[in-house]
Amino acid sequence: MTYTYAIEVEDLTLAYEEKPVLWDIDLHVPEGILMAIMGPNGAGKTTLIKSILGLLTPAAGTVRIYGRPYREQRHLVAYVPQRGSVDWDFPTSVLDVVMMGRYGSLGWLRRPGLKERELALEALNKVDMSHLAHRQISQLSGGQQQRTFLARALVQDARVYFMDEPFQGVDATTERAIVDLLKELRAQGKTVVAVHHDLQTVPEYFDWVTLINVHRIASGPVVEVFTEDNLRLAYGGRVGFLTHSGDDGRER
Amino acid sequence: MIELLNNLLFDYTIRTVALGAATLGLVSGALGTFAVLRRQSLLGDAMSHAALPGVVIAFMLTGSKAPLVLIVGAALAGWLGTLCLINIVRYTRIKEDSALGLILSVFFGLGLMLLTFLQRSPDARQAGLDNFLFGQAATLLERDVVTMAIVGGLALLVLALLWKEFKLLSFDRNYGSSLGFPMQVLDVLLMSLFVIAIVIGLQAVGVILMSAMLVAPAAAARQWTDRLSIMVLLAAFFGAVSGVAGALISSLGRNLSTGPVVVLCISAIVLVSLLLAPNRGLIWTWIRRVRNRRRLRLKPVLRDLYALTNQHDNPYYPHHIDALRTTTGGGGVRWTLTVLEELGWVQRINQNHWALTPDGLSEAKRLTTGDVMRET
Repeated sequence: MTYTYAIEVEDLTLAYEEKPVLWDIDLHVPEGILMAIMGPNGAGKTTLIKSILGLLTPAAGTVRIYGRPYREQRHLVAYVPQRGSVDWDFPTSVLDVVMMGRYGSLGWLRRPGLKERELALEALNKVDMSHLAHRQISQLSGGQQQRTFLARALVQDARVYFMDEPFQGVDATTERAIVDLLKELRAQGKTVVAVHHDLQTVPEYFDWVTLINVHRIASGPVVEVFTEDNLRLAYGGRVGFLTHSGDDGRER
Repeated sequence: MIELLNNLLFDYTIRTVALGAATLGLVSGALGTFAVLRRQSLLGDAMSHAALPGVVIAFMLTGSKAPLVLIVGAALAGWLGTLCLINIVRYTRIKEDSALGLILSVFFGLGLMLLTFLQRSPDARQAGLDNFLFGQAATLLERDVVTMAIVGGLALLVLALLWKEFKLLSFDRNYGSSLGFPMQVLDVLLMSLFVIAIVIGLQAVGVILMSAMLVAPAAAARQWTDRLSIMVLLAAFFGAVSGVAGALISSLGRNLSTGPVVVLCISAIVLVSLLLAPNRGLIWTWIRRVRNRRRLRLKPVLRDLYALTNQHDNPYYPHHIDALRTTTGGGGVRWTLTVLEELGWVQRINQNHWALTPDGLSEAKRLTTGDVMRET
C-alpha cells in the first residue's frame, strides 16, 4: 500500500438544473494531513463533500480513496454532516447516536451489542462527553451536538474523515477540543478534510487548504496556497473586508 | 360497563370488531411513529384518500367484496398516489405541500365519482362500499380480521427486522447513505409499510379519517417518552386502545360510523397527553415557567428593598409590602418575600412590614454593584 494520495478527485462536475455548482474539480490529497475547504457562500463546499461521498450524483468525475473507487473503500471513510442537518428533538440518546457509527460495519439486520456500546463510550470519552452518554439529544448545547457527531465518526475507525463545518456555532472550549482531536487524528496518520469558514485560524488549524468557487481556485499546503491573490480569486472583492477587519467570516 | 366487558369476551361479533380495531390501531400506531418523526404526517392523509378509487376499481373489476381484493386495490392506489407525489416533487417546480393537496383531491375525487356512479347502477352488490368513507367496524368479519392481522403482522415484522436501518433513515439519512445503506430503497420500503398500515384500517375507520390513526397515537406517545422504542410501543398501545374503544362505542349505536368515534377517542388521548405529560406537557411547562419567573423576581425585590432602606440611616428599616408592590409591580411580592425569608435575606417584622437581614444587606450590595459593573 504505497499510495501517495488518500483522496483523488478527477474532473468532478455537478449541476442543478443546468446551472453548474461544481465545475471540473480536481483534488489530490496526501495521507495524514488536515485540509480545509474554503470559499464564499454558495461556492459549493458542502456540495463538493456530498458529491465525493456519493450523496449527490455528479454529472461527471471519479473519486478514488487510497487508489480504489470510493464505493469499494467506503469503510475507510467517515462523514460528519452539518450539525443543523438533523432534527435534534429526535427521541434518542447521545450513546445511541454514537453507536450509529457502527451500523456500517454491522451490516443489515444485526443489532448493536455490548462491543458497539463499549466502542461508543470510548469515542465519547475522547471528545470529553462520557458523562452525557445517556442524555437525551434535545438537551445538548451546540458544542455538545458537534462532539456527539465527531464521536459517531470516530467509532467508524476510518482513515479519511470528511467534516462539514465542524466549528460552526461552537464555543471556544469546544473549538479547542476539536482542534486537538484533529491533530490527534493526524498523528495517527489519518486524513481530515473539513469545510471551514474562519480565514484567521486556517494557518493554525490546517496543513493544506483548497479554495473553491464553483471552480477549483487553488489547492495545496497553506504556506503556498493561502495567499491574498488566491483569496481574492476565490472570494472576489470581499477579501479585503475579510482579511483586515478581523471579521471571521463565519455564518451565524 | 360490566355488560360491555362481558360482550367483549363472549359476544362473537363484538369480539371480532374489537380484535380488528385493536389490530389496526396497533399497526398504524407503531408505523405512524416513523411518519411523525420524519415529518411525513400529511403523507398518510394523501395515501388514505388516494386509496378510495383503488377500492372501487378493485370491486368493479372483480365484482368481489372480499377484504383481500379490496385491500390490494387500496394499496395499489395508495402506492400509485405516493409515487405520483414523489415524482411531482422531483420533476416539477411544485412543492411538496401543493403536491400532497393535488394527489389527495384528484384521487379522492375520482374515487367519489366512481362510488356515486356505482350507487346509481342497479347492481345491488355494491351496497356497503360507501362504508369505506367513514368506516364501519360492525361489518368486520372474522376473515377480515385474520387478513388484517396477517398483513399487519408482516409489516410489523419488517419494522422489527429493519429497526436500526429505519432509525438511521429517520434521524440522519445522508449519514446512512455515507455508511453504504441504500436510503432510497429503505425510504420506499417504509412508505410501503405506511400504505399497509393505512389500508388495513380502511374498512373499519374509513379513508377520510384513517390518517389520524397514523399520526395521533405517535403524537401522544412523543409526549411521554424520549426513547424511540418506548415511543413505538406506546403509540401502538394508544392506537389499539382507541381503536377498541371507538369500535365498541360505535357498535352500540345504530349506524354510527366507526371512523369519527375512533378519532374522537384518540383525540382525547392526545389532549390528555398534551396537557399532562411530564416535561413536555403544557401544564408542566406552565408550572416551570411560573417557578422560573418567581425565581427571577427574587433579585429585583431584594434590590428594591435595599433601595428603599437607602433612604434611611438604618439599613434594617422595615418597609410596608405595598411600597415594594409599587416599585416591583404586580402580584407575587409576598410569595417572593417568603422565599427570601427562607434564604435568610429578609425578615418579617409584622404582618405587612419587612426588613433586610445582615446577609440580605450584603447580598443586595453585591447585586447592585454587580449590576453597575455590567451596565458600564
